Amino acid sequence: MTEIVSLEALAADVRPSQSLAIPVTGVSMAATAALIEAGIRDIRLICVPISSMQADLLIGAGAVGAIETSAVSLGEAGGAPRFNAAVRAGSFALRDSTCPAILAGLLAAQKGVPFMPIAGIVGSDLLKVRPDWKVIDSPVGEPGKVVVVPAIAPDIALFHAPEADRAGNIRIGRLRELAAMAYAAKQTFVTVERIVDRNLMETEESAAAVLPSLYVDKVAVAPRGAWPLPLPGEYPGDDVEVARYAAMARSEEGFRAYLSGFLSQRKQVA
Amino acid sequence: MSGERERRELLINVIAGLLDGIRHVAVGASSPIPAAGAMLLRARNQRDGKPPVRVSILGSQEHNFFTNGAVEVFDCAAQGRVDAFFLGGGQIDGAGNINLVGTGPYPQTDVRWPGSFGSAYLYHLVPRVILFREEHSPRVFVPRVDFISAAATTPEVKRRGGPHALLTNMALFDFDRERGGFALRSVHPGFASSDIRAQTGFDYIEPAKVPTTPLPDPETLSLLRGRIMDELAETYPAFARSMLQAA
Repeated sequence: MTEIVSLEALAADVRPSQSLAIPVTGVSMAATAALIEAGIRDIRLICVPISSMQADLLIGAGAVGAIETSAVSLGEAGGAPRFNAAVRAGSFALRDSTCPAILAGLLAAQKGVPFMPIAGIVGSDLLKVRPDWKVIDSPVGEPGKVVVVPAIAPDIALFHAPEADRAGNIRIGRLRELAAMAYAAKQTFVTVERIVDRNLMETEESAAAVLPSLYVDKVAVAPRGAWPLPLPGEYPGDDVEVARYAAMARSEEGFRAYLSGFLSQRKQVA
Repeated sequence: MSGERERRELLINVIAGLLDGIRHVAVGASSPIPAAGAMLLRARNQRDGKPPVRVSILGSQEHNFFTNGAVEVFDCAAQGRVDAFFLGGGQIDGAGNINLVGTGPYPQTDVRWPGSFGSAYLYHLVPRVILFREEHSPRVFVPRVDFISAAATTPEVKRRGGPHALLTNMALFDFDRERGGFALRSVHPGFASSDIRAQTGFDYIEPAKVPTTPLPDPETLSLLRGRIMDELAETYPAFARSMLQAA
């Protein structure tokens, strides 16, 4: 059964050394702040398939022990300063990937199979730095080489969505990668803008945009929970805030100053 | 070249030309100039009664018709439904390989860039990949990239995708997949072919007389400064504003 809990309780159930899958849109910045507040350490981040400010904040706060990602970037605001510094310093185990390989790994876990074949990739140095990826002779069809990537089954998928109903059904809209994360993960924690009284599974129109509660373990309400990142259909991204972060996070001291402001701002919203 | 707006307009116009004939182009999230080129082609085709062009801008709500999540653009490419895409690179080498990871020994690279994104996959699957990198310097155009995020040619596997052209602030190159190298097609106004040679760290083929990259014609400019800027403003508000300010 899906539990409806407080933001703090949700964050408290993410334990050190667990793997945490996070999306690029539908990001729970509220839970990110709560995790940092709680002093979480040694998370193994899986970015689906890239991350921006969320990964950079967690890295800067010293919460990340390992990261698998296709990129970490602040988009139009530039490179991700804490990620870049941590890579240079060798602060975590780094598993560089490419977007569809992460999605294929999740799909393998979704289907309960050990690996997934994927087109392309041959010739990339990613194959040299990812010994867990293999190039095999296709066992069926036309002879040829094909890359296979292992299943990715995160301990926890964590994201933010517009709304949940009382049963824990989550409206994710067209962000189907959020469902892909949940299918593959052992547990799924979701923050939402609000909880609604109607049953989201009631009509065809509404149910099509829903991740059923079957896949959802914990829900917490967090208004403006994606801020300063966008939540489609609810609010746009706060580009000024992200740019302010990009500028401040260039130095360790600047990052610390930003983080303490960010944590108290998130508390005020909640 | 006369100014910042003119510089960008030339690039947008060249991109629309490079895309001519395609049905569907996908554009990455932080790529306003490629997006503008794609929108220009779409507008021109519509004006001239040519086949419609689909433009998918990843990260845009209005210019994005996918409903199956992040995987759909990659699946679409695998199905042969994406004709063109853009890639850049912190480094690009003479063999067309691109590096989006960093410089120096991996993993603790001296300079770290965001990462490979979907390049390792899409380079194999999208027939017309346009390499777009505004900075034209020997630190970008190197003899050999430090890390191959995506390889341009791989004789060991069948592929439909790969580089089609390389566009920079100074010049336009074609890519020859048989030979696995670039050939200078044209040099933008204000530069000489010797400038290109001096600023390019890899070898390439050069015609005896190098043409000048054409400027956009007046009809194109009026489309660019009107409809295209309106369309761009939804996804790249900061860029659209800066184009107006540069006017």
